[in-house]
Amino acid sequence: MSSIEERVKKIVVEQLGVKEEEVTAEASFVDDLGADSLDTVELVMALEEEFECEIPDEEAEKITTVQQAMDYINTHLES
Amino acid sequence: MSQARIAGTGSYLPRRVMTNAELECLVDTSDEWILERTGIAQRHIAADGETCADLAEQAARAAMAAAGLDNGSIDLVIVATSTPEHVFPSTACRLVERLGLPGGVIAFDVAAACSGFVYALDIANRFIGTGGAHRALVIGAEVFSRILDWSDRSTCVLFGDGSGAVVLEASDQAGILSTHLHADGRQTGLLNVPWGVGQGYEALEAERGTVSMRGNEVFRVAVRTLGGLVDETLKANGLERGDVDWLVPHQANIRIMDATARKLGLPAERMVSTVARHGNTSAASIPLALDEAVRDGRIQRGELLLLEAFGAGFTWGSALIRY
Repeated sequence: MSSIEERVKKIVVEQLGVKEEEVTAEASFVDDLGADSLDTVELVMALEEEFECEIPDEEAEKITTVQQAMDYINTHLES
Repeated sequence: MSQARIAGTGSYLPRRVMTNAELECLVDTSDEWILERTGIAQRHIAADGETCADLAEQAARAAMAAAGLDNGSIDLVIVATSTPEHVFPSTACRLVERLGLPGGVIAFDVAAACSGFVYALDIANRFIGTGGAHRALVIGAEVFSRILDWSDRSTCVLFGDGSGAVVLEASDQAGILSTHLHADGRQTGLLNVPWGVGQGYEALEAERGTVSMRGNEVFRVAVRTLGGLVDETLKANGLERGDVDWLVPHQANIRIMDATARKLGLPAERMVSTVARHGNTSAASIPLALDEAVRDGRIQRGELLLLEAFGAGFTWGSALIRY
């Protein structure tokens, strides 16, 4: 089983069509990885699917970087 | 119980085309922004004085001609629209006169926003299934350009005008296999026109009479809901992903459409997409797309079609059809 970090990064690469090396922990989806507003919605939905969880809209809005996505998953997922 | 089979399709688009470049002159937007987020490059806009009934009539005539029908054999007319010419009579009643249909037919409009055509198709299917009608005109027609705020860049770039129609007739061959309609009024604030004629005309000064939408949130609900709808439709028919020949989706946004096609396991070329040229024509978008793919020979008799829509209400629905 891949680590949460690897799985999150893989989804970001697939959803945003960016290179793996660009997906650093600090990278902002919008400012660094060129995501638009719908990309961020789709990204959160892909995370929900991968980790079989539901991320409420008000939480989803706070997830703007790769690190924040990993933190959210780590905090809300035991597996 | 009779089956309801599609005997003919027709559509109509107003002549005037509005490109994204034109919209750049009206509001602070760009061709690139609109294309990337919606897939829309242009839309058709009704001429001054051209009404919903005008558009509906053209599509209906084309569908009747394709079915090889004379006017006398239609006994049910249903028009799905949010932009009728009159408060009453209904657009469907206007068509009875304009098309020279027999007096005494059944005719009414259906309001289910962008899901309107699927709702109308379901209703007509049930009329035919129970013998209440034998040959129905089912039409989606909209002049959405009339209810847009042309200074609101988040909505005015999305919609267009047009109409599409099918003739549905009783048959002993398989046609509409299943329909699935749903609604939930708990999130009306995300997508609506906050004014209606029942509030009185004075209220129109205080309340906006144009489309209001929180796009990102609607996008999210739409993608999720349509995913569930696709699963429901396949399951009800004992089908697997990839069994459907054609997806004919409501043309709201290419990214919603692509997500649904992926869910169905269909390659992009098996989805009928007109959104780039038509924009979102609300209740008209599905029959417009269907007619285009029937006329250019992509959709062939015997193939399996999945029609689906999501719209204000929220309303959503699908129809699985053996064409």
